[in-house]
Amino acid sequence: MSAVLEINDLHAEFRLDAGTVKPVNGVSLSVEEGQTLAVVGESGSGKTATALSILRLHPTPPCVYTGGEIVAGGRDLLKLSEREMRGIRGNEIAMVFQDPMTSLNPLKTIGAQIAESLRLHQGLSRSEARSKAVDALREVGIPTPERRAGEYPHQFSGGMRQRAMIAMALACRPKILIADEPTTALDVTVQAQIMELLAGLQERFGMAIVLITHDLGVVARSADQVLVMYGGRPVELAPVDDVFADPRMPYTRALLRSMPRGDVPGGAPLDPIPGAPPSLFAPPRGCAFHPRCALARPECAELVPELTEKAPGHKAACVLEGSLR
Amino acid sequence: MTGFIARRVGHTVLVLFCVATVSFFIVRLAGDPVQQMLPPEATAEQEATLRASLGFDRPLLDQYVSYMTGLLRLDFGQSVFFHRPAFEVIAERLPMTVDLAVAAMVFTLAVAIPAGIVSAVRRGTATDTSVMASVLVGQSTPAFWVGILLILVFAVNLRWLPASGTGSPAHLVLPAITLGLYSAAMIARLLRSSLIDVLGEDYIRTARAKGLSGFKAVTSHGLRNASLPVVTVVGLEVGSLLGGAILTEQVFSWPGIGRLTVEAITYRDYPLMQATVLFLAAVFVVVNLIVDLSYAVLDPRVRLT
Repeated sequence: MSAVLEINDLHAEFRLDAGTVKPVNGVSLSVEEGQTLAVVGESGSGKTATALSILRLHPTPPCVYTGGEIVAGGRDLLKLSEREMRGIRGNEIAMVFQDPMTSLNPLKTIGAQIAESLRLHQGLSRSEARSKAVDALREVGIPTPERRAGEYPHQFSGGMRQRAMIAMALACRPKILIADEPTTALDVTVQAQIMELLAGLQERFGMAIVLITHDLGVVARSADQVLVMYGGRPVELAPVDDVFADPRMPYTRALLRSMPRGDVPGGAPLDPIPGAPPSLFAPPRGCAFHPRCALARPECAELVPELTEKAPGHKAACVLEGSLR
Repeated sequence: MTGFIARRVGHTVLVLFCVATVSFFIVRLAGDPVQQMLPPEATAEQEATLRASLGFDRPLLDQYVSYMTGLLRLDFGQSVFFHRPAFEVIAERLPMTVDLAVAAMVFTLAVAIPAGIVSAVRRGTATDTSVMASVLVGQSTPAFWVGILLILVFAVNLRWLPASGTGSPAHLVLPAITLGLYSAAMIARLLRSSLIDVLGEDYIRTARAKGLSGFKAVTSHGLRNASLPVVTVVGLEVGSLLGGAILTEQVFSWPGIGRLTVEAITYRDYPLMQATVLFLAAVFVVVNLIVDLSYAVLDPRVRLT
């Protein structure tokens, strides 16, 4: 299968009054039809900035895309005009945001907000778009969708709002869905339902999913590939099982050790990562993780390691070779 | 909703009762109308006769009680100067003030809405700075000076528009601009800041992620959300425009409520002063009610209880 979305060496920076920050620094990734790529990292690691870059949703200025390419449907999205880009947003590539409360317009009905993209991209009439919006709500498992379509976001529960958000994103049957922490703002029980829903819809419609998350439990259950980001750089890219079984970047290993584990009887002690994520205004020299790294060597303070293949299909950005023991 | 309106009607009655009471006593501090009406050479006897015929010789409390019971019958008293019911005098001037208020509001919104949108969308740019600078000039220039300047330029020098009086739509232009300039400036600034807040909201980003253009995202997702605080101020502005623009009406000799108020004070016409104050209060109460009801229309989350 071929990749429906391929990002090569993407660089984006924000030129702010306080200085220039580079939240996306040489990111490469690819996702295939029907597959899920999870992008994980702490707050400020650049995962959401990468997601928004795919749809070019960063305000320009201050954002400048300084290099790389984003290839979808045979075109480099960075070379398209704003008008061409609008034809892709919500149509070929759609996005689900973190907080469905604030991401939905409180003054428009759910049905109208879903119908909006259908009218825009498929040129449907008001009534056609309206009935398709009801269908979209039904697909995401919202009961009595005819009635719910006429309701406002505040009349929906958190989980229902996120379902509506997903219905909105999938209304035009996009090939690629970017889900930016879709379950972070939800209750744990609802989180599982939403992830199941996404998996079911992916099976049905075959879209590729880029799943932005910091929840490794969600990653383990739903991802095919994992991209770990740190300080705006990709630091590990591998199939999900390899990442969990044999992390090659000390940051990934530290992330895994900092998570509570349900599979160890009696529970394993948590091992938090010391220190704080690097400031994007003044990133450390060398490998951005070296000040917090338990395995750091003297050269780590000088050298920025490239993402290189450590094992078949398993890339990491670290000077260390072989399994981390 | 019905309960809400019923309660508001109750409030209205209370507010109007208080306003009527306070205005009744306060206008009597303006001076003696009887001395104003009589020539200086009038005798004390003539003065007493007139005072008695107007009822101003009765004890104050007595006058108050008959005024208040009159109000219950919608009798606002007899204008001392016009020798006609005060209500009739106000009703006669009202259409002029409504014309002016509507024209001023049209001008206000026609200027404020585009100015507010442009500076919010282009915030921090030279466009924003220049729009907001001109708006600040508009807001800080006194109406009487703007009025005189407009008369000088457009009526005296260019002779495009009449300097004062009434009779044609052309007569409305200069007073409407004079009157609307301040509100336009204030509403433009308010809309700008309100819209800047809204444009940072997540749902604007959602709208853009759906493929809407920046312009469409602002107009169809931003404006209605940003309009809530603006509506309150527009309502209050409509209230003060209807209450009569005293300075503007004076400068342009516009025979509306504003000039009537000035005339009533000049002639110490107690009943007419009381009636204009009461009218102004009623206008504000009604406008506020409309503003509150419009919230419920604009924002489905608002439930009026």
